[in-house]
Amino acid sequence: MLKIKNLHASIEDNEILKGINLEVKPGEVHAIMGPNGSGKSTLSSVLAGRDEYEVTEGSVEFLGQDLLDMEAEDRARAGVFLAFQYPVEIPGVSNINFLKTAINEAREKKGLEPMPAKEFLSRVKEKAKLVGLEGKFNNRSVNEGFSGGEKKRNEIFQMAMLEPKLAILDETDSGLDIDALKVVADGVNKLKSPDNATIVITHYQRLLDYIIPDYVHVLSNGKIVKTGGKELALELEERGYDWIKEEAVNA
Amino acid sequence: MLEATVEMSQKDKFLSHFGMIDFSFDKSPFKEKRKEAEDRLSNMEFPTSKTEYWKYTRVNKLIRQEYILGEQELSSEIDLGVPTENCLVFINGYYSEELSWTKSEEGIDFMPLSKAKEGNQPLADRFDQLSKKEEIFSTINSAYHQDGVFFHAKKGKLAESVYYVINISAGEKAISNPRNMVIMDEGSSAKMIFKNLSASEGYSFTNQLTEYFVGRNANLEVNKIESESDEAFLISNDECQQDESSQFKINTISLSGALLRNNLNIDLNGSHTETWMNGLSLLHGKQHVDHHTLIHHREPDCVSHELYKTIADDASTGVFNGKVYVHPIAQKTNAYQSNANMVLTDEAAVYSKPELEIYADDVKCSHGSTTGQLDEEALFYLRSRGIGQKKAIAVLLNAFLSDLVEHIGVEHLREEVQAVIDEKYSGVK
Repeated sequence: MLKIKNLHASIEDNEILKGINLEVKPGEVHAIMGPNGSGKSTLSSVLAGRDEYEVTEGSVEFLGQDLLDMEAEDRARAGVFLAFQYPVEIPGVSNINFLKTAINEAREKKGLEPMPAKEFLSRVKEKAKLVGLEGKFNNRSVNEGFSGGEKKRNEIFQMAMLEPKLAILDETDSGLDIDALKVVADGVNKLKSPDNATIVITHYQRLLDYIIPDYVHVLSNGKIVKTGGKELALELEERGYDWIKEEAVNA
Repeated sequence: MLEATVEMSQKDKFLSHFGMIDFSFDKSPFKEKRKEAEDRLSNMEFPTSKTEYWKYTRVNKLIRQEYILGEQELSSEIDLGVPTENCLVFINGYYSEELSWTKSEEGIDFMPLSKAKEGNQPLADRFDQLSKKEEIFSTINSAYHQDGVFFHAKKGKLAESVYYVINISAGEKAISNPRNMVIMDEGSSAKMIFKNLSASEGYSFTNQLTEYFVGRNANLEVNKIESESDEAFLISNDECQQDESSQFKINTISLSGALLRNNLNIDLNGSHTETWMNGLSLLHGKQHVDHHTLIHHREPDCVSHELYKTIADDASTGVFNGKVYVHPIAQKTNAYQSNANMVLTDEAAVYSKPELEIYADDVKCSHGSTTGQLDEEALFYLRSRGIGQKKAIAVLLNAFLSDLVEHIGVEHLREEVQAVIDEKYSGVK
């Protein structure tokens, strides 16, 4: 599904990603962990198509297409979803109109008619339930005045509505209390299918108690320095990141 | 012997445009009002770049032009498309009976000002009371106005119809001085729409003045739509006096025209009033739109809300100068003022000057002014959900304007303005 080869990326001439290699197959959950400044958020930004980052080397293939050649909106329509670390507040745009516009824009590009209102609303109802947002936020402006937990739940709600093939959760657990964390993880788990894949980017292991990864990758200084199973996350929680850095230096 | 060459001053040259017509046909007291204004004019000059009130708006290019008093009829058809039972149409300041239509409503007087001048006492009692005597364009209007609308809602009358007034500039170089009077008696309520349109290309100059008397416990909503040709000049003076417990809302919607200047002055003459001053300006090309507002809180316990927003595209310029003056007696005043501007290009600019002058100590007043570009983070957020760049921009601009659109209390007008916004910012697909 996703093939990242030797990806290098910089911002304002600072190289942040220094050769990432990663392959994600349908049905898999990958966790990318690493200390602050290791390049985790840069990786998600580059995949989602933020313009500030310059890719200097390497390639990213998504479902056979050159992802780096696509605009952010085209990536989303192709099935890439980024759950933001800091979801943006958009005053004056209601949640429901926002989603309707997003869904219908994607349908229009595929030559489909707008989704019938009834189908749309029943989908809203169904998916909102998944994250415990039943009817609550429909007419409120996108993320405006939402608590941290509400914002993150709203990200998962949007993900559920848009049904992406590849979801990238960027530090979705940061700042969440245990209840919100469970709701978010529960939502992600319910959306899992053999056809879609998830990349969970996180600093801490605790989210991985609830979203069980198939692979854990450790990112350090712009490179994946270690890959393992879910037990690697526990080891990182216990021992911190320093030993990985040392291993990487000594390797 | 020295030969004396008399060169006309710019002001005299400008005023000579009105010399072609004898404006002294009015009866008393209107005749005298014109004369007084004419006399005042002899001691007045046009504002210069040094005049603070006109700091960002140069009137030079406006007053240097040649003008003619325009035709009273249209040479081509125009689709007014106004879905209301009551509409008075004026062409170059003159009443067009042919294009107007009314359905009489008991308790409402709705007629050309020229007709009301023939003996309407409430008009005679109030006429020219509120106009700013030291302001030159107002004074020109008082001296040389043609016609306009007279609207009077009698005591306790709640108008059922929406009342439309359309001023059309027709023909190149047309100059006009439309003059309107709105009187709301105690406990009455009404909604009005004033529209400025052009029937032809080429420059024109409309210098209009409207006085509003909003009586005790009365409620008036005024929507002004400024939608003339891209070469048109428009100066608009709106003067309102509110009595105790009255409500007044004015939405100024500036869509097109080369140079637009709106002076809005409100006097709160009684306690417990509420006022809304809203402005929505969508600027393009080389448009220059200037809003000057002034509200005098002269009595205690009054609330005023002010919300002006501008989107400046291309090489356009917006100006906002809003002043709230709270007099010593006006305790418990609540005055909120907000000006938000979005500048879409490097060539566009908006000058914003909110002013509060407070001489009472127990008041709640706030003002805020923001000018910026589109929120890039929000734009990326929308795009990351599959919404294309152009659509995303349209969504954000719509969101920016939505609270102002909501303020329009006439549904079909709200839809009309929304359609203009949609068309203007939907972009090409």
